[in-house]
Amino acid sequence: MVFTSYEFLGFLALLLLLYYLAPKKLRPPLLLLGSLVFYFFAGAQFLIYISVTAVTVWVCGLLIGKNLDAQSEYIKAHKAELSQEAKKAFREAEKKKRKAWLIAALVLNLGILAAVKYLNFAISNINGIFGTKLGFTSIAVPLGISYYTFMAIGYLVDVYRGTVKAEKSLWRFALFVSFFPHVIQGPISRYGDLGETLFNGEGFNKENFLRGLERVLWGFFKKLVIADRIFIAVGQIIGDSAKFQGPYIIIGMVLYTLELYADFTGGIDITIGVSQMLGIKVAENFMRPYFSTSLKEYWRRWHITMCSWFRDYVFYPVSTSRWMGRFTKFSKKHFGQKAGKRIPVYVSSFIVWFSTGLWHGASWNFIVWGLLNWAVLMISEELEPLYSGFHKKLGFTNGAGYKVFMILRTFLLVTVMNLFDCYATLGETLGSLFSVFRASAWPGFSISALGLAASDWAVIGAGCVTMLAVSLLSEKRPVRERLAEKPYTLRFAVFALLFIITLVVGVYGVGYDSSQFIYTRF
Amino acid sequence: MNKRLKTAVAVILSVALVIGVLAILQRLLVPKYVDGIVEGAFVKEYYSEEMDHDVIFIGDCEVYENFSPAVLWKNYGINSYIRGSAEQYIFQSYYLLEDTFLCEKPKVVIFNIQSLQFDYSRSEAYNRMSIEGMRWSKYKVGAINASMTEEESFIDYVFPILRYHSRWSELTADDLKYMFTSPTVTHNGYYMRVDARPADTFPAVKPLGDYSFGERAWEYLYKIVDCCRENGAELILIKAPSLYPYWYDEWDEQVKEYAASEGLRYINFLDYVDDIGLDYSTDTYDGGLHLNLYGAEKCADWLGNILSSEYHLADRRSDAHLSAVWAEKLKAYDAEIAAQKVKYGIE
Repeated sequence: MVFTSYEFLGFLALLLLLYYLAPKKLRPPLLLLGSLVFYFFAGAQFLIYISVTAVTVWVCGLLIGKNLDAQSEYIKAHKAELSQEAKKAFREAEKKKRKAWLIAALVLNLGILAAVKYLNFAISNINGIFGTKLGFTSIAVPLGISYYTFMAIGYLVDVYRGTVKAEKSLWRFALFVSFFPHVIQGPISRYGDLGETLFNGEGFNKENFLRGLERVLWGFFKKLVIADRIFIAVGQIIGDSAKFQGPYIIIGMVLYTLELYADFTGGIDITIGVSQMLGIKVAENFMRPYFSTSLKEYWRRWHITMCSWFRDYVFYPVSTSRWMGRFTKFSKKHFGQKAGKRIPVYVSSFIVWFSTGLWHGASWNFIVWGLLNWAVLMISEELEPLYSGFHKKLGFTNGAGYKVFMILRTFLLVTVMNLFDCYATLGETLGSLFSVFRASAWPGFSISALGLAASDWAVIGAGCVTMLAVSLLSEKRPVRERLAEKPYTLRFAVFALLFIITLVVGVYGVGYDSSQFIYTRF
Repeated sequence: MNKRLKTAVAVILSVALVIGVLAILQRLLVPKYVDGIVEGAFVKEYYSEEMDHDVIFIGDCEVYENFSPAVLWKNYGINSYIRGSAEQYIFQSYYLLEDTFLCEKPKVVIFNIQSLQFDYSRSEAYNRMSIEGMRWSKYKVGAINASMTEEESFIDYVFPILRYHSRWSELTADDLKYMFTSPTVTHNGYYMRVDARPADTFPAVKPLGDYSFGERAWEYLYKIVDCCRENGAELILIKAPSLYPYWYDEWDEQVKEYAASEGLRYINFLDYVDDIGLDYSTDTYDGGLHLNLYGAEKCADWLGNILSSEYHLADRRSDAHLSAVWAEKLKAYDAEIAAQKVKYGIE
């Protein structure tokens, strides 16, 4: 059930009605039921996968939580009898038990993720390297498995670290894992954050409902009017890499970057808006990323929940691990204090970006894309003193002009790297990218070959200008907050107009097949 | 007015305003079918008729292009109407027939059996042209459900703006002109063409692996038969005299057998071309696929003779009111003949 389908709108309307008619106590269980129904429509067999994750992580979380409680109680009860060493030994022994539960759950759930998402990729690599003819599997990838697995793992690690309490109720945990608005494309919510409002079953709040509805409308506008219209052109370019080369690649890269933004942020707007209509607060995932002045800043503003997940559950554990400690000592000894300190950070980052690439898709394209990000970030870090010196020498200031230059530079960088998202193989990606520099690829260029009429280009232009204007205004204060203070008639007129424009100009219905969100495939 | 009441009024007015705007936009965006592809207008036109027809034709282009109700009236005093639409599938014919019986009780129903060859709908565009014009009833709902292709949604029929919204970039002055009213494009369901293009060669006949009609198509034919019986109407099955698409002998045999078993009359007009006096060098406008005015008038005349002599349909030309109605219709009929003659440069 895609967000932009009639089925979803019908499902949502019914769920909202039942949710607010139900007594407070029944609202969260109803939400779980709704989430399972939503998931059922994606494929009944997928319910098995999400159930296995929910149950195993919940059980392990419970065992870890109980062990932590028992440990505290034991130490409290035997405070006087136990020496510091005995306490430490006891803690270590208990930690080993908890670690065993944690590892068991991680192995099982990451194993499922690997089996359904990466097995064929591994097989194709083995066949390619060793010349074997291993057969491919035909397991369908369950909807949102990358998202809910990461959410569940995040919860378990938090319980292990003692930063959140283990959830005692299975249905509550199942709701956290399967909460339907974010099962399609995130955000990757934290149990501590989402749990604050998810289980409350708050009653109808007019302002919350209206704000949520407004955000849903804005999301639909971005998705249907802009992203899906751009997709028509991008689809043409990607669909025939032999025909569309040179100038088409430049246009395609820029269009894809705009499409990706409108599609992903539009989808997240719908997720957050729907949740808000239900009185549930979901974490923000974007902060106007295309206004970033560097790639580092971009990754603080784009897909925020994924980046922070990798930071907290991959980067920190890796960089603070014992073997990394040993490696730090080794590098300090061999490369000096300064470089020796940085090398382990770069190694940890390498692991993070390799994983990020792999998380996006089982393809070398994505791995190369991840490592390109890593390389640019590391090189920028290394060259930072050089840049500063250079800027000082030339008298560059942090003026508006320079900021715009840095924003455009970062946008261009992201645009080029996004090309790795588009094609199925690395060869095709590199072939298309390098065709830009081949003179023979330029003659015969015609914008009409991209399948869009002049009216479509006008809509794309107007849509992008609207997104830009809203983003610029929101830099200081979110536009919806500003609108909320205006008279009801103005607020209503703005969103009624948005609704009508989306309904009329949106790309949907018979003859179109582009309503799936890009990030669903990750 | 207290605050609550004010809010309620504001909300109701706002929602009504949006609905009003959407309703106007919908009228603007739906195709008007007054020029070019006019077939989408046929089904709707029926409802502006006085519901007092003796004969109703049901079927695809082979009925709305091959029989002239004006001749049935002029020569035999038979008041008839063609409920035809482009590539009308048999399940759509059934629901259109049920819908017709909601409006009136014709004595004879004539159904063209060409659509027996299709078990399911092949085109969303044709579905639209057959169903959109129907009045809302359980039969329209049935027609939609029976016809929808995989890409279609029921809600698109309820709110056509969802289907036609993408026409915003191709609107013409006609869309504005015919937003609320549009001219009649048929003559009692008959689509007139006065030009002629002689029948030529057709693609070679391809033998089929299986000549059996599908189960679903048969099922709807049974329903049509039952529906006519329940409503006291005589059903005549026909195969109109179109030379192409090819009508296989094996198909013809199945229809003949079925008609005989049910005591129904089946007329394959292709067997009576000489009796009717059809000349495919002058009586067709598209090389033998459909008849032009002259062919349609000949067919209607030949059929009218059967209807009046064997089905004892009374000559109603003495009915003053009906005669007056038809006088207007014939005026429009003759005017269009004259206009088309000018258009196609015919003496």
